[in-house]
Amino acid sequence: MSESLLEVNHLDVVYGRGRSAKQALHDVSIAISAGETLGLVGESGSGKTTLGRTVLGLVPASRGSIVFDGTDITRLDRRGRRRLATELQAVFQDPYSSLNPSMTVSDILVEPLIAQGVKRLDADERIRQLMASVSLPPDSLTRYAREFSGGQRQRIAIARALALDPRLIVCDEPVSALDLTTQLRVLDLLIEIQERTGVAYLFITHDLAVVRYMSHRVAVMHQGRIVETGDTGVVTERPEQEYTKRLLVANLVADPEEQARRRQLRWALG
Amino acid sequence: MSADLTGTASAAGTGGRPGLVRHLLRSPLAIGSILVILVAIVLAIAEEWLTPFPPNSVQIQLTNAPPFTTDYLLGGDKFGRDILSRLIAGSRGAMVGVLIVVSISVVLGVVTGLIAGYYGKLFDSLGSWGAAVLMAVPGIIVLIALYTLVDASMEVAMAVLGVLSSPSFFWLTRTLTRGVKSELYVDAARVSGLSDARIVGRHVLIAIRAPIIIMTSFLAGTALAVQAGLEFLGLSDRQRPSWGGMLTDAFANIYRAGWQLIWPGLALGLVMAAFVLVGNAVRDALQGTYVKPSRRARRRQIVQLLGDAAVTRTLGTRAAPMAAGSERQDSGRPGQEPLLVIEELRIAYPRETDSREVVHGVSVQVEAGQVVGLVGESGSGKTQTVFAALGVLPEEAIIAGGSVRLDGRELLGLRPAELVAVRGTAMGYVPQEPMSNLDPSFTVGAQLVHGIRAQRPEMGRRQARHLAMEMLARVGIHEPKRTFASYPHEISGGMAQRVLIAGAVACEPKLLIADEPTTALDVTVQAEILDLLRDLQRERQMGVLLVTHNFGVVADLCDRVVVMREGVVVEHGAVAKVFHDPQHEYTRMLLDAILDDVAPRSSVPRERRG
Repeated sequence: MSESLLEVNHLDVVYGRGRSAKQALHDVSIAISAGETLGLVGESGSGKTTLGRTVLGLVPASRGSIVFDGTDITRLDRRGRRRLATELQAVFQDPYSSLNPSMTVSDILVEPLIAQGVKRLDADERIRQLMASVSLPPDSLTRYAREFSGGQRQRIAIARALALDPRLIVCDEPVSALDLTTQLRVLDLLIEIQERTGVAYLFITHDLAVVRYMSHRVAVMHQGRIVETGDTGVVTERPEQEYTKRLLVANLVADPEEQARRRQLRWALG
Repeated sequence: MSADLTGTASAAGTGGRPGLVRHLLRSPLAIGSILVILVAIVLAIAEEWLTPFPPNSVQIQLTNAPPFTTDYLLGGDKFGRDILSRLIAGSRGAMVGVLIVVSISVVLGVVTGLIAGYYGKLFDSLGSWGAAVLMAVPGIIVLIALYTLVDASMEVAMAVLGVLSSPSFFWLTRTLTRGVKSELYVDAARVSGLSDARIVGRHVLIAIRAPIIIMTSFLAGTALAVQAGLEFLGLSDRQRPSWGGMLTDAFANIYRAGWQLIWPGLALGLVMAAFVLVGNAVRDALQGTYVKPSRRARRRQIVQLLGDAAVTRTLGTRAAPMAAGSERQDSGRPGQEPLLVIEELRIAYPRETDSREVVHGVSVQVEAGQVVGLVGESGSGKTQTVFAALGVLPEEAIIAGGSVRLDGRELLGLRPAELVAVRGTAMGYVPQEPMSNLDPSFTVGAQLVHGIRAQRPEMGRRQARHLAMEMLARVGIHEPKRTFASYPHEISGGMAQRVLIAGAVACEPKLLIADEPTTALDVTVQAEILDLLRDLQRERQMGVLLVTHNFGVVADLCDRVVVMREGVVVEHGAVAKVFHDPQHEYTRMLLDAILDDVAPRSSVPRERRG
């Protein structure tokens, strides 16, 4: 067993305090190796987004630890977080609200570089490479993010995440707001980047088909707990847990006969 | 080029509009107001050089000299001083006062508001408490006391006024900041490793600047009024000419030369109005206020763009609706056509000088008891098509051609009241976002009963209540009584969709139109809702037109499928046939993009493979 890049151990997250407190995560443990994609599947309210945000430091952990490359990052201060930005990045679900509408693409991409002290000239060179690596024409740099379509915006968001050459990117439902054909192109782009740079992904989604396409391993979440984790092929074809089975048969297939068969299976499961 | 369905006036995003200045300059009122303010500023800066006479010099023979007759262009005051010169000299005090109030108020209010809104917790409590205390202080009394007790100067008084008015900026900034803080791009900036100062300055402040600018210009007007009021009460340096002080002088002289009130009054009124009007103009420019054109203007516009027939289809006629058969193609079954026939439908949106067509001659048919899926990606026009059938297209849409018939009856061109009758009883509608289609301030039951009684006016309240309860049980809600009495926020998304389905089918429509009914739901809930729709459809032999982008939903529920792309139907046919033998290249591409049959990715990442 090789050393994990990210290790989450017995993590609890509680929102609020006192009587209104709500526990979003119960004793969650996951591990991701370098260059690997861990798919995190679950329905709304299962805590998958909270887990991603806790790893990113956007939500404080209540108990447990998060270890990145051997360093405990559970309770980093702001400065430590800023330094970690070169290692740990994110791509969010909604490409419409994750890019500031009043900034040009160039401003958006340069920002993380400047914040890490990269010189303006080097930064300009770097963002030109980034645009090429996400297949956007370099002349889009001077345009505003709001002028682009959903798929193009998500490419810009991916370019921003790549700017600092991170080793792990948390992808929170990065394609669920996109059209089918665009979705496939963005997923292929993410896989291509992973094979080229060796970046690891924590890939959060509700879509089992997407998770099969993207991940090496899968963790299934339900009501704030990890209910099953393992190899993608095993978990999505021969699941052990009742909940995973129900999730699998509820997933629709674009084939009328196969779908009818699945429906029977679902009814049989009750 | 994006998936812009409605493709019309909707202004782009929030903030950062390069067109703002251009937009402002298009309004004559805004130009006038900006000019007035500019003139006042120039006068205030250069008053020493612009006054024709020293403002305090007295020419006794020109006491109360009438305007436009002597060297004193606007006349002389009761001490024989030049009114014009005093007006010009007074502008400096007025503008400096406004500047002090506005800058102190904005800086104090916005900075504390940003801190309180962004960091929350202790900062928020402290800031809110401080602002509440300041707001409780009676401003005018404090100012008057200040003058009498400590013999303050106008500048000090204005600074105090600035502090006293800062809470409005605090509350505004704090509320806006809390909103922007939850935007994903702020999260993204934090993850990118930006410092808080940079995030607040670069992302938050820019996003919220517009309302602050507007409030600033209103405050400027108010500050000018308060300052003049204090001067009018005599609470200022009498040696320096001021607009409020001139009012006092004129007021004392009102029986001898009442016209003297006009000049300082005019100056104050003009500048105050200019500040407020500039604020209004900025707001209008930012919101892109849509003025609903009159029916006649709409008619003229449509005739000009697309001809008379489009008017009839879009707006309806006072006479009988269009002869239903006029454009009908031979359906092969004269007198017995399908339940819903959408034929050669064309929808356009007006632009500055022409119009843009978004649906180009779409035909869809739904037989009684049949489920038809309408699929396409965003921008395909699928939603526009069903909205036309429902009669709920956006206000500015123009139906340029075609026909929509339900049970042989033409729906395009029906008057609103007639359409309402059709919608409730013959057509049911299930929307995409269940939660936003329930009114949060009424119970689920009240909304269901209201809907039922709108469709069946003959039904009594008790009867409608009974039917609603029955329907809730029918759509699989375990405790209908409890759900009936619940408010929308107390039920889950899946339940809300069941409630809406109950409402849509309560009056036994022949046709159910569902627009992405499961897109917002989890997969397990989606499967249940699809089961429910299937059962209801079989039980009541409804025709269903289902709009979706999900081929899995089509495979699960539909008999036939219509594939749309960029406002055109590219393929239609039985579901099994289209899935197994797609004819059009676009359908094939869509089906290929589905990830159902892909093999799972290898469990060993590349680096460790060897």
